[in-house]
Amino acid sequence: MSAAYTADEMMAVAASRRLADGMTCFVGIGLPSTAANLARRTHAPGCVLVYESGTIGAKPEHLPLSIGDGELAETADSVVSVPEIFGYWLQAGRIDVGFLGAAQIDRFGNLNSTVIGDYDSPRVRLPGAGGAPEIAASCGQTFVMLRQSPRTFVSQLDFRSTVGFGDGPGAREAAGFSGAGVTAVVTDLGVLEPDSETCELTLVTLHPGVSADEARQATGWELRVADGVETGDPPTDEELEVLRSLKTIEEDVKA
Amino acid sequence: MAEILPLREAVAALVHDGDSVALEGFTHLIPNAAGHELIRQGRKNLTLVRMTPDLVFDQLIGMGCARKLVFSWGGNPGVGSLHRFRDAVEHGWPGPLELEEHSHAGMAAAYAAGAANLPFGMLRGYNGTDLPAHTRVGRVTCPFTGEELTAVPALRPDVGIVHAQQADAHGNVQLWGISGVQKETVLASARSLVTVEEVVDELELRPGAVVLPGWAIDAVSVVPGGAHPSYALGYYDRDNAFYVAWDEISRDRERFAEWMRQHVLETAGVVA
Repeated sequence: MSAAYTADEMMAVAASRRLADGMTCFVGIGLPSTAANLARRTHAPGCVLVYESGTIGAKPEHLPLSIGDGELAETADSVVSVPEIFGYWLQAGRIDVGFLGAAQIDRFGNLNSTVIGDYDSPRVRLPGAGGAPEIAASCGQTFVMLRQSPRTFVSQLDFRSTVGFGDGPGAREAAGFSGAGVTAVVTDLGVLEPDSETCELTLVTLHPGVSADEARQATGWELRVADGVETGDPPTDEELEVLRSLKTIEEDVKA
Repeated sequence: MAEILPLREAVAALVHDGDSVALEGFTHLIPNAAGHELIRQGRKNLTLVRMTPDLVFDQLIGMGCARKLVFSWGGNPGVGSLHRFRDAVEHGWPGPLELEEHSHAGMAAAYAAGAANLPFGMLRGYNGTDLPAHTRVGRVTCPFTGEELTAVPALRPDVGIVHAQQADAHGNVQLWGISGVQKETVLASARSLVTVEEVVDELELRPGAVVLPGWAIDAVSVVPGGAHPSYALGYYDRDNAFYVAWDEISRDRERFAEWMRQHVLETAGVVA
């Protein structure tokens, strides 16, 4: 029996378990960075962390607050310029897994990180696309980490910043994207994967203590639930211990 | 040959109202002090260019220096929103802000094209997104394979401003650590200013460093701490606490204005 844990911790653990040793990962700040660093300190010590600031093979002791913290450069195997990281490394197809967050996602894994409301007079202006469009286009697979609610899992995006599967099967190929697209969406309730034929996100794993109905209610479209949807394992004591040692340092920095 | 000038003189000579000005720094070596000098000199109607506009752009926008922003990700890294940027876009305060937004890869390609004096950069991007309807991109066909690619117009700012660790007396500049698009910004811009931590007798060349010869730069200004609250590898760390504090300072228009008065307008260029 594991100790009590938070939804964020479950998300970080669930994402980290999907990373295999030796994978190259393009990570951003926040939960993705937490998940990738957790993997590197548990089952995947050879996981290569690549940050969009141009740090390849960063091995931070502390979780960074920004993607360009000095520790990333000082511990990296190589530090390259921004045109090089996006050109030679990301878009050339050298990264196995890209992590993304977003403000909204739709049933085909397309993402909005640009505006809530109308583009020209938005209710909320979000930061913008950043590295996301080419991460989702070029990485071998893309993992999305996002808390599930009807506000975030929407039937219609306010703005399509990043393509998951576009309007469905064939859209990625038509757009000339090399990667497989969004292969997992890790939420606070479970994990969704695209259906192999329709590309529609389908609930395949529930976190412990969560029901499929809760996931349906937290989704702004009629959520497909896989036959034989499984309940995943809770975080192990080791995962929680490592995760919390990372967290503590992050909070020290913020304090 | 770069002239070594006090920051105030360099900004007065190089940056004019209505110019497009790129102040770059991909989380590292952000030219914050130079941005503050633009604000002190009351520059107006600027087209501000940066991949990752953060605090100094929030300040320039909130102080009414900008007419337009060309960017790919505008936020307070690891903290949240840029409140002055959002206030400008959502409520037109202190004035309307025109946006031209791209992806990081698009901006990087546009800078590289500008540095190479080519008309556009290209990538396999933007397809299937809502970006093309709201920004300047086009399509080009590869003459060899027939593949269709996305073209982004080259970035050619009137002025490019970056921060670096060192210069020598001839204005040759060396920077190291995360180098972002610093080199491309200087080479793509019609005029350029590099602020540095210090001038040394002779640059001790470091493996992997970016070295910009003085003849490719217009002005160098010595501004120790000029990247704060960003950092200069080997000189000082990122002031993470200030990035967190900025969230509160910038939330309220009056508190923001008071902070700017105390820490920027009424200083003689001392780094806040």
